[in-house]
Amino acid sequence: MGILGWTYVFVGITFALYIFVAWKSRVSDTKGFYVAGMGVPPVANGMATAADWMSAASFISMAGLISFLGYPGAYYLMGWTGGYVLLALLLAPYLRKFGKYTVPDFVGDRYYSTAARLVAAACTIFVSYTYVCGQMRGVGVVFSRFLEVDINTGVIIGMCIVFIYAALGGMKGITWTQVCQYCVLITAYLIPAIAISMKVTGVPIPQIGFGSTIGAGPDTGKYLLDTLNVIAKDLGFVQYTATFATVNTNMLNVLCITFALMVGTAGLPHVIIRFYTVPGVRQARASAGWALLFIAILYTTAPAVAAFARYNMINTLEDKPYVERPQWYTNWQKPGLVAWVDKNGDGIIQYRPGPAFVGRPNFQVKDGKRVLGKYGQPLLNNKVTKNANELYVDRDIMVLASPEIGGLSAWVVGLVAAGGLAAALSTAAGLLLAVSSSISHDFYYRVINPQATEKQRVLVARIFIGLAIVLAGYFGIYPPAFVAQVVAFAFGLAASSIFPVILLGIFSKKATREGAITGMICGILFTGIYIIQTKFMGVGNWFLGITPEGIGTIGMIINLAVTLIVSSFTKAPPQEIQELVESVRIPRGSSEATDH
Amino acid sequence: MEKSREEYWRKNLRIMAWLLAVWAFVSYGLGIILVNPLNHIHLGGFPLGFWFAQQGSIYVFVLLILVYCKLMRKLDREYDVDE
Repeated sequence: MGILGWTYVFVGITFALYIFVAWKSRVSDTKGFYVAGMGVPPVANGMATAADWMSAASFISMAGLISFLGYPGAYYLMGWTGGYVLLALLLAPYLRKFGKYTVPDFVGDRYYSTAARLVAAACTIFVSYTYVCGQMRGVGVVFSRFLEVDINTGVIIGMCIVFIYAALGGMKGITWTQVCQYCVLITAYLIPAIAISMKVTGVPIPQIGFGSTIGAGPDTGKYLLDTLNVIAKDLGFVQYTATFATVNTNMLNVLCITFALMVGTAGLPHVIIRFYTVPGVRQARASAGWALLFIAILYTTAPAVAAFARYNMINTLEDKPYVERPQWYTNWQKPGLVAWVDKNGDGIIQYRPGPAFVGRPNFQVKDGKRVLGKYGQPLLNNKVTKNANELYVDRDIMVLASPEIGGLSAWVVGLVAAGGLAAALSTAAGLLLAVSSSISHDFYYRVINPQATEKQRVLVARIFIGLAIVLAGYFGIYPPAFVAQVVAFAFGLAASSIFPVILLGIFSKKATREGAITGMICGILFTGIYIIQTKFMGVGNWFLGITPEGIGTIGMIINLAVTLIVSSFTKAPPQEIQELVESVRIPRGSSEATDH
Repeated sequence: MEKSREEYWRKNLRIMAWLLAVWAFVSYGLGIILVNPLNHIHLGGFPLGFWFAQQGSIYVFVLLILVYCKLMRKLDREYDVDE
């Protein structure tokens, strides 16, 4: 059986599994729909959180990103894992004790204000939605690359699957499918990683392998990272382990980005609501630990994959005649993930810093076929750049092509496709639930129709999850041009609005309604305006040279400062709110707090 | 009763502060601020600072949550606020 056959087999089996699991865990009440009946064991919640959190970007793109960044790639690694320490120590146990359904629920009750609830709900919806669009696109991309269907068809299939299990089972259905999806995606990630590690270094554990010596070829006996540094130096790249080498990776900026990603992670609503689903405070703490352990398995493997892939890529392509290119190159040239322009006409691939040409590859086509050059290479319409680099490599290839580079059989490629889909679908489902519960619970039930019956509320939640999926699918098919840029937005906003307001809500009895609302608004405005200025209006990074990815750090500090200052001038929170804060700090009684 | 709750909270804050100090020291300290001096030391093929940034800090994060769970479980029992 070929690659395509195996891919259909794995994707078919996993999809059938998800739907079966969702059917087994369908629900009919709001508690089941929003928080899975608060009966999820910590290990399962840890797995579900890990799948919820690790998106198509973590699975497909992260290793590639690190591969091109080298050392500074660490801000993704530390940022996206360190946030769980904050979640475990600062938020999860207390929010679980509070024990309601959504993030705006806590903000609205703690700050005794519908306005605060609505601001938090708007942030939740915005943050989650920016994320969802990327996931749906990811589903489409995986479908089109592996199953050779149209991207749009892929998005629609993905929409149907998510709709079935999210609308049917709500949080409960999503939780148990996410547990399955975690198992699928981690297996799919580890098998090629182990194989490549074996191939390059002979060490079966990638985490150790990338600090070991190379086992074969011209660099035998030398340390992999040293070799990468030498290669980088020879070709004119920044050395792989070099620190703070460029303007955007100076120390302050690396610090700010890491911190913004950590705080942003801890403030992401779809992650936070997962901690409402466990039976008690102790389980909330434990499940944060399990979640991070499960995430760490992938996150410590990714930098190893990054180093192996970079070595393999340069080794098999640089200074090699195009006609002797490896099979995986030909395979991934088809969808345009790699391309070559022979600038000096020598038929040999030269890989150097800088883009080889402007934009993504746009192949010349005549009579439905690609126009080929002297050496059989497809010719491009793109404007060629002046530098010496001839090779275009999409960063996603580092993971997508890894089974082929590692010389693994066709079924592993199928498994990787199923893993990519699991990562994208699990995150999309979690985000869509966060969006729909904010709309149906915080807007509809708490503000518009507080008399709604249990049945009406579940129905409204299902309707909104359906609408949210259709809208997400629309954005997946017609992606707004700025999808890549808005991810900075999602983290910046989560860091500068949701995280500080919850933090002070728990740790300061004196934080007032007025303080929280002004704080959130100031944080969002500063962060939002800075990102819009620097990303869309061409303004330079005017605040200490911090890039938009890291500005959430400053937004968070502004939010905290404004909230505390305004709180000190306004009337202290009412007695019952102070008692609420007191009770949130004590674990006992978390199961009583759930019935409301 | 009130007094012991206050004490429980103070102890909780102390545990948190210590663990967060380790969290910050490992990631921001060893992984970023001190990365250059640490890179002179090698752990096999890893420059040590690079290792902390891309591997070590993540392991420490997992351990921190584990320790937190254990310490808080003990504290909850000691002050009789567990479930």
